[in-house]
Amino acid sequence: MGTLNSTLSSLLSSINQEISAKEQQKIRDSIVSSIYSCAEEIARKAAHHQTDRKFELDQKIDNIVTSRVFGIPIMLALLGVILWLTITGANYPSQLLANSLFWLEGQFTNFFMMVGAPDWLHGVLVLGMYRGLAWVVSVMLPPMAIFFPLFTLLEDLGYLPRVAFNLDRYFKKACAHGKQALTMCMGFGCNAAGVISCRIIESPRERLIAVLTNVFVPCNGRFPILISLSMIFIGGLGATASSTAAAAVVVLLVLLGVVVTLLMSWLLSKTVLKGEPSFFTLELPPYRKPQVGRILIRSLLDRTIFVLMRAIVVAAPAGAITWILANTYIGDLSIIAHLAGWLDPFAVLLGLDGIILMAFILGLPANEIVLPIMIMSYLSAGAMLELDSLTALRTLLVDNGWTWLTALSTMLFSLLHFPCGTTLLTIYKETKSLKWTAFAALMPLGTAILVTFAIAQFAVLLGLV
Amino acid sequence: MKATDKSCCTEAYEAFGLKLSQNQLVVALAGNPNTGKSTVFNALTGLKQHTGNWPGKTVLRAEGTFVHRNKKILLVDLPGTYSLLATSADEQVARDFLVLGRPHAVIVVADATCLERNLNLVLQVMEITAKVVVCVNLMDEAARRSIKVDIEVLSRELGVPCIPTVARDGKGLTELKDAVLDVATGVTATSPRQVSYEPHVEQAAARIESRIRPYLPGWVNHRWLALRLLEGDMSIIKAIIDHLGNGSEQLLLQEGSAVWAR
Repeated sequence: MGTLNSTLSSLLSSINQEISAKEQQKIRDSIVSSIYSCAEEIARKAAHHQTDRKFELDQKIDNIVTSRVFGIPIMLALLGVILWLTITGANYPSQLLANSLFWLEGQFTNFFMMVGAPDWLHGVLVLGMYRGLAWVVSVMLPPMAIFFPLFTLLEDLGYLPRVAFNLDRYFKKACAHGKQALTMCMGFGCNAAGVISCRIIESPRERLIAVLTNVFVPCNGRFPILISLSMIFIGGLGATASSTAAAAVVVLLVLLGVVVTLLMSWLLSKTVLKGEPSFFTLELPPYRKPQVGRILIRSLLDRTIFVLMRAIVVAAPAGAITWILANTYIGDLSIIAHLAGWLDPFAVLLGLDGIILMAFILGLPANEIVLPIMIMSYLSAGAMLELDSLTALRTLLVDNGWTWLTALSTMLFSLLHFPCGTTLLTIYKETKSLKWTAFAALMPLGTAILVTFAIAQFAVLLGLV
Repeated sequence: MKATDKSCCTEAYEAFGLKLSQNQLVVALAGNPNTGKSTVFNALTGLKQHTGNWPGKTVLRAEGTFVHRNKKILLVDLPGTYSLLATSADEQVARDFLVLGRPHAVIVVADATCLERNLNLVLQVMEITAKVVVCVNLMDEAARRSIKVDIEVLSRELGVPCIPTVARDGKGLTELKDAVLDVATGVTATSPRQVSYEPHVEQAAARIESRIRPYLPGWVNHRWLALRLLEGDMSIIKAIIDHLGNGSEQLLLQEGSAVWAR
């Protein structure tokens, strides 16, 4: 019996060797196309479309938005338009919110003085907690309230699968799974959700690649930092031309995130996670008429309020703690100054400063609080100037030594650095491996340090700063 | 090979972790994802279901039983796939069961709203086995999108019974069960449409077919296997050799010698 089996298997493998791999691939393509044309022929005879206008329109739109030539430019243009609307539209309400919230702060201060409350209580509650909250709300709320509904609108239209379709071949070139384009899109909402969505990839190798690189696209928690900083620094507040520049910078950052995702996927699949990409069929669902009312409610409740609440919940105590840290002195320096001073020499190499780096480290639980911690630390560590507008915020940052390079480095670091605590926990749950979880934190951190270091040193070398 | 050569035996199913009671017919349920395959499965088997994994795979398997016209039928739900090219674990599981599990009949669930894509799988299944019934599901959805599927033309073109259904509302299921039983018991003879390949592929396949014929049991479709060899798909070759090597040797002895005797 055994002999028959071995005769068979040696015959089969000798037949297999007679045909070259290239020839086999050609035959496979020919077989697949024969099956497809046979299916097409039968379907043409048996199924009749009675001019489905909606379907035809969908196909016409798809032919444009997923075409090789226009697909990617349309994608970038759409993102650009959304960000431009966000930045242009957020300026005015941001100013308004800042003005009224800081007018209220003045009233609080008056009240504390009137009742003769001790200075430290006024400091912790008003200058620490309230001011922290006021900044979070006025800087983050308006961009989020515009950006998230617009982004949800695109999702609801059914555009995201088209994005995945456009990116599919790039992921294949990076030896990763085409579905990673989908999990990456998911990461734009939340990296933890993006990591969980990687379950749709069957091959363990490609799933791990998708999990590890998901963090390179900015999530809900990081978009506000990117948008606000770009708005405050690059947009320079107000003028339309500068809003365009600010939007363009954020688009470039997102694009960079995608490029880094692809590059890292490729590197991983060439080194620690070697293998061939598998392929899949992507169904493009029909476009749907978005339900505007539901979008508004869903994006406001699920995203804007959710992110804002997360920020507020952490920002209020963080504000108080930061104020205390900034006003408790060891020797002749405050605790914050000690911490920041200790991180400063390294941070400067990356184009950042000690406080920014500290804010990123303290912001591990949630990316939303990085910016508030930064602002709070500057506010309480330095002169108590009257901060009553976004222009004043810019002045605060500039007074603390910020240049365009600092803003750019901060945005890049935010884009590329380690994932938040929730995401890391999710990665651990999905991979069940401390080793890969540690890798998922250190690999992006290394990337962030490398990129910011290179850019900062390059800028200094060229004398750009 | 004639369809009668494909009669099954208990050992073939044990390799797939299936326990068969006497006189039970095995029917596989294949189909693209999102065609309502699970709805068809639930509608046919009701509460008599059992879930587990395919042996050695992390792919979920559901099986259920139902009785139709006093015949006991074991329905095995295959993973939803677009093809049987075996590039994913799902496709491999589906293909291996169709080839090695030798079900008495296969239902391929097709989505009436995008027939063309679904027919790719139907054609590929019909290359492995002739005992196919196509369940053209989501007929209501197709009507809503003003797509008219001519079932008679489809059946004639494919050479196997095609049954229109709306599984969600339970429409067409009795007809489906009738057709499946008739195909499984040989009452209905099918003549599945074979894909014709480019001449050089056909010739090469015929050459390989004649070389492997003496060494293979009758229940493997030789033309299909020759095509897989041509495209260098060694995974099915390995699966067949493994299958022959473990527990089913006797089978090969009987059928193999029967082939030799010719």
